[in-house]
Amino acid sequence: MEKTLTTEKANSDRYVQLENVDMTFSTKKGDFNALKNINLSIREGEFVSIIGHSGCGKSTVLNLIAGLTQPTEGLLFCAGREIAGPGPQRAVVFQNHSLLPWLTCYENVYLAVERVFGTSAEKKEPKTQLKTRTNAALELVGLTHATDKRPNEISGGMKQRVGIARALAMEPKVLLLDEPFGALDALTRANLQDELMKIMAKSGCTAVMVTHDVDEAILLSDRVVMMTNGPSAGIGEILEVNLPRPRARLALAEDTDYNHLRSEVLRFLYERHAKKAA
Amino acid sequence: MSAISISKESLKIIMKNKDTILRKKESVTNSEIPKVTGITNNKSSYLNVQVYSFFKWLLPPVFGILMLLAIWTLISHQSPNLPGPLKTWSSAVALFSDPFYDHGPNDKGVGWNIVASLQRVALGFGLAALIGIPLGFIIGRFNFISRMAAPVISLLRPVSPLAWLPIGLLVFKAANPAAIWVIFISAIWPMIINTSVGVSKVPQDYMNVAKVLNLSEWKIFTKILFPFALPYMMTGVRLSIGVAWLVIVAAEMLTGGVGIGFWVWDEWNNLNVEHIIIAIFVVGFVGLLLELALTQIAKKFSYE
Ligand SMILES: Nc1ncnc2c1ncn2[C@@H]1O[C@H](COP(=O)(O)OP(=O)(O)OP(=O)(O)O)[C@@H](O)[C@H]1O
Ligand SMILES: [Mg+2]
Repeated sequence: MEKTLTTEKANSDRYVQLENVDMTFSTKKGDFNALKNINLSIREGEFVSIIGHSGCGKSTVLNLIAGLTQPTEGLLFCAGREIAGPGPQRAVVFQNHSLLPWLTCYENVYLAVERVFGTSAEKKEPKTQLKTRTNAALELVGLTHATDKRPNEISGGMKQRVGIARALAMEPKVLLLDEPFGALDALTRANLQDELMKIMAKSGCTAVMVTHDVDEAILLSDRVVMMTNGPSAGIGEILEVNLPRPRARLALAEDTDYNHLRSEVLRFLYERHAKKAA
Repeated sequence: MSAISISKESLKIIMKNKDTILRKKESVTNSEIPKVTGITNNKSSYLNVQVYSFFKWLLPPVFGILMLLAIWTLISHQSPNLPGPLKTWSSAVALFSDPFYDHGPNDKGVGWNIVASLQRVALGFGLAALIGIPLGFIIGRFNFISRMAAPVISLLRPVSPLAWLPIGLLVFKAANPAAIWVIFISAIWPMIINTSVGVSKVPQDYMNVAKVLNLSEWKIFTKILFPFALPYMMTGVRLSIGVAWLVIVAAEMLTGGVGIGFWVWDEWNNLNVEHIIIAIFVVGFVGLLLELALTQIAKKFSYE
């Protein structure tokens, strides 16, 4: 009894785990070592941000966790099992939303719902249930009015919401977000960040988000992983964000703890690992 | 091939003229309406503008055709064997007054000949589409098969369509299937190549979505590959039907039977030059119609 409890605890403390991960791309100009010796454990239900300068390898880390790329060295685990390839239990919100332009918003989400809940032999749900799930996901991101529109008929912020709805509708164990709000204006971004915070609080799933926005990282995360510059990038520092939840953007602006954390990250990025102008 | 470029040109002309129509309307409402007081007057001036812009739209193509007729008349005056436009026209009127007569296998109306040619093209082209399009998808999807097919395609594609005719005659031992075979083999390449190019151009982002969702190969095909490659595929289909119609005349000249190509050859033997010229116009016209029909279909299928 004692033993199983401790292993369970260990499992939930190291829900997602990267062990000595190296990533080397072979290019025409020879091998390029993007990541070197990455070690990271993520607790179940934790929200972790990865921040670093452009080109340091943030997306590569996320793709490794997603299973879209295989590491040249080292091991990755999720829920105690080795990550062998991509799968719907690790949903991805892509940097450029990646909606299929010939499907409506509804159909884009439905495609994911159908795959996760409508095809597996043992727990196949009826069509009405799948429809309910799809509509619920779109409602969650406030898009019930745009269900029948194609991606090219809606704004950038709305596209990104559909991308988030698609990922959340799969009820993933881990949500992976690659600069989900990078292409949006400041106001839309703030809105979606607030919504994402609420959604994550409700669903309680584990999340890894890539960003280059310091405020976004601190506002949303339990921990901020700061990466050193590539080539052979690694984890420079990990910052615990112990701010109480729910967090309010306006109140935090004057919070001393928040500002302290903020200057920590800024110092890391712009003093110790400043990127030389290319 | 030439039919395509011509239709593109004429499309451009039409587009330009639409612009001019719009601009014309605006300038009229700005300047002329204040002077005109009665509603009926206003309406008739608007109608006038429409008629005017319609003629302005019609004028260039009509000029082009008149020029063609003029050159033709000029040449026919120099060369006594070549009938002029008027003589050809009266002969055409006689010919098309009864296009569907049937006096035995060697003497059928021009209508029957066109129908026979279209049937062959439909069969050869249909078979080519049936095999070429799925093949294009497979080649585009799987790198191994693509590399496998590459040398075969680049070796066989440049071969002149009629070079395949003896093989057809040898294998099928009959003229009609041999002609269809020639259509098939010359129409299949644009469809294979365009479809496979379309499939291989599917953005990696979409494929990543498929991978994260673990979609089945069938779902990948219906939800991602097919919609994305459809415009490419339709371009291939359009090129193919153009090639098929180009080739049928030549193939039928060699195989005989009933068909527009054979008809041309027959009229050459009869030294009926008017009918040969009529046949040239008929072939051009049918080709134009096929092209227009497929362009319309292709437009329907694009998702943008
Ligand atoms: N498939 C690949 N082949 C070769 N090199 C690659 C490949 N993918 C990424 N790289 C290289 O690895 C490094 C890290 O790339 P990555 O996309 O992870 O950066 P990033 O931190 O996400 O940058 P950004 O903030 O601009 O998105 C870059 O130098 C990039 O050139
Ligand atoms: Mg990136």
